[in-house]
Amino acid sequence: MSHTISRRTFLKGSLAATGLTITVSVTPFGTTLLNAAEHKLGEASFKPNAWFEITPDNRITVAVSSSEMGQGIRTALPMILADELEADWKQLRIVQAPVGDAYKNPVMNSQITVGSISVRGYYEPMRKAGAAGRMMLVKAAAETWKVPEAECTAVLGTVRHEKSKRSLTYGQLCKAAAKLEVPKDLVLKTESQFRYIGKNMPRVDIPDKVAGKAVFGLDVEVPDMLYCVIARPPAYGAKPVSQDDRAAEAVKGVRKIVATPNGIAVIADSTVAAWKGRDALNVKWDKGSHPDMDTASVEKSYFDGLNKQGVVVVNNGDAKKTLEEAAKKVQATYFVPFVAHATMEPMNCTAHVQSDRCDIWASTQGQTMTHGTAMKLTGLPPEKVFVHTTLLGCGMGRRARPDFVIDAVSASKAVGKPVKVVWSRDEDIRYDPFRSATCQQIEAGLNGQGQLTAWSHKVSCGSILRFSNPAGIKNGIDIYSLWGIFDWPTTPVFNHTTYELPNWHLEQVLSDLPIPVSPWRSVQNAPNAFVMECFMDELAKAAGKDPVAFRMDLLKNNMRARRVLETVAEKGGWGKPPPQGQGRGISQHSCFGSYVAQVADVSVDEKDGKLKVHKITVAIDCGPIVNPGPLVAQVEGGVIMALSAATKEKIEFANGGVKSSNFSDYRLLRMSEAPEIEVHIVKSTEKIGGVGEPPVPPVAPAVANAIFNLTGARVRRLPLSPQNILAALQNK
Amino acid sequence: MIAFSVNGKKVQVDVDDDVPLLWVLRDHLKLTGTKYGCGVGECGSCTVHVDGKAVRSCGTTVAQVRGKKITTIEGLPARHPVKLAWIEEQVVQCGYCQPGVIMQVASLLAEGPKPDPEKVISAMDDIICRCGTYPRMKKGIRKAVQLMGKGGAKS
Repeated sequence: MSHTISRRTFLKGSLAATGLTITVSVTPFGTTLLNAAEHKLGEASFKPNAWFEITPDNRITVAVSSSEMGQGIRTALPMILADELEADWKQLRIVQAPVGDAYKNPVMNSQITVGSISVRGYYEPMRKAGAAGRMMLVKAAAETWKVPEAECTAVLGTVRHEKSKRSLTYGQLCKAAAKLEVPKDLVLKTESQFRYIGKNMPRVDIPDKVAGKAVFGLDVEVPDMLYCVIARPPAYGAKPVSQDDRAAEAVKGVRKIVATPNGIAVIADSTVAAWKGRDALNVKWDKGSHPDMDTASVEKSYFDGLNKQGVVVVNNGDAKKTLEEAAKKVQATYFVPFVAHATMEPMNCTAHVQSDRCDIWASTQGQTMTHGTAMKLTGLPPEKVFVHTTLLGCGMGRRARPDFVIDAVSASKAVGKPVKVVWSRDEDIRYDPFRSATCQQIEAGLNGQGQLTAWSHKVSCGSILRFSNPAGIKNGIDIYSLWGIFDWPTTPVFNHTTYELPNWHLEQVLSDLPIPVSPWRSVQNAPNAFVMECFMDELAKAAGKDPVAFRMDLLKNNMRARRVLETVAEKGGWGKPPPQGQGRGISQHSCFGSYVAQVADVSVDEKDGKLKVHKITVAIDCGPIVNPGPLVAQVEGGVIMALSAATKEKIEFANGGVKSSNFSDYRLLRMSEAPEIEVHIVKSTEKIGGVGEPPVPPVAPAVANAIFNLTGARVRRLPLSPQNILAALQNK
Repeated sequence: MIAFSVNGKKVQVDVDDDVPLLWVLRDHLKLTGTKYGCGVGECGSCTVHVDGKAVRSCGTTVAQVRGKKITTIEGLPARHPVKLAWIEEQVVQCGYCQPGVIMQVASLLAEGPKPDPEKVISAMDDIICRCGTYPRMKKGIRKAVQLMGKGGAKS
């Protein structure tokens, strides 16, 4: 059911007036719906991109702008459209959209699948596009039959006139509808009229994936294609000193050795030949920019950050004075290590650079980024660069980076043929732009009644913007790295948090180490929520209050956060004794427009520090729901990925580079460690929020709080490994 | 030339003996349903059946399968109970690891149609799914066991 088609193919049909094609124009002021037929004459420069097209064969082709990476977006967006269009699900043909301005997500003004923005961003425009189509088809039928529009109704791909018992299919009506103007006043369905939205629809991408027919980036096959692997520097900033081109070229199947921006490319007839060629090439590198850097020195550098003068991000009230006057002071320091995205499909990309065009096949989260990267490298104009988005073998934020596109375009340009670049798992882990480590210290004050009076917070962290968009660092502040400590971008002001923090001081110190960092499912919300939510429990204990009650006091005006916390407390048995030998912890966090609270039930073997997470109960309020099945799956998956990072993952460094190399030394969570997960969706008519990322941040603090409630040991360092748990047990 | 059979067809490939079966399937035979995940037998994405047993094709050289019968995800019948169960329970997220997972489960259930939970966990702990579909995999396995009990298609 899913295919990639080029915009040209898509519009060839529509511009030949074969049917009704609704296109959009995205402007800074919102989206404007257009009928492609209105613009086909006399507007040579007009380049509409179709969102959907109805053809006389009674098929409806829907273009999905976002990348499918398991979240079910190829099902969810067509559901929204089909509902308002009143289409029959069976008549849909779902295709991956090409790169194009009209496909940009309004939330970020980029064609990109990150930040849990897909349903959030397209929900309203998709509904409007569908409604416009339905109204035009109804009008076309009314005009055909010469009856009032009000007497005609759209039902499952047909327009009916009950009085005369006549009906016409959308296929029969599409040419007449194509002659009409897009209505200005759209009548959207009410919730009770929804046919698909909110109902559980099987995902359209699953059958091909189960059959083994699904095409991911690594599966792309282009005629005459060569395979390429890249020898990359083992240490940050390392330059090649010597290499044995002759030995590499002597390997059977090796075609060419060429320098590219990210390393030395070995191009061959097969992946294995390229790897053998790379071994034979035997590149020797210098020691790089930080030859002595290892895990211990990296961690020390982050801790040392706390002793440096930071940039003041927030200074509300007078935290210093209030702290001096506080009845009780609580201070704690937390550390979260670097973790890798480790998507199951390693990075890869296929490109074919020719003199007059460039084609890229990629499992990318960023079409606009891929397009721009290729334009820059080839010098070709926008209309000569084609992005073919395949299925993605996990995204997790990793596939929004341009490095694999740079590899493939550079290699293809050098060899003049289509080239598929394959990253080994080792490369995928070593050259990952990690989720940044962070070291944070908070000092807070309580008054005699156990109420919070001051919160002074220092954050030492890596800078996401330094590696992706240095111009985005304003006044020395990297807002991405603080995301989750204050609410952004839901509230584009620095001085707002989920909690009402009185006398709040926040400082940031950015690391100057060369370790690249980037968004990792929920960006820095997860590490920041670990610190915030564990410290909330520390404060509640110092105040002699229940952790839920203590939070509720600081969430007086945040009804959505209160509601998920209340729901999870009830469903997760908060206040009731956990099963024998287990401890129970709670946390809440909101991000990407959604609110999530969790309860974790755990046990710990105090002899060896081994943790077992038995159950995680989740309450989520993400506003209106499109497809509940995949939504629950996203929550389950988010919890498991978060638990993997919270309990197991940590990147190790040595000799100025990354030491971790594969799943043998960078362990991920497996089935035996997966807890029971119970998901409660809090019904909500509030603004629609994201789903992919919000379930991630509450996991680590809920588990750490449960460990504390069970053992009395406060683990302030991730991962919650036996080693770190034992250390905390000894310190209690 | 190394000869073996894949999904019931005889094939011959002209590659070095030490080339992993995974890459022969993918690059030479264009059977891309079998996935590369780690290359060291840690993740299970590359699992295929060799003479009916689940093996990691990344750690198996093409010379080791000379004359043997290979089944890949493409060759497992479309109505195999595990495939049907995986669709019914909507196990899949990104789906990259799932061909290997399905081959692993199919082999597990072929050994005995009702494996005890411990055997399931020990077989399934050799695989990694970054999307975190483990709870759904457990459901999928239960469903596949049910379907097999009802006399569903055999491998």
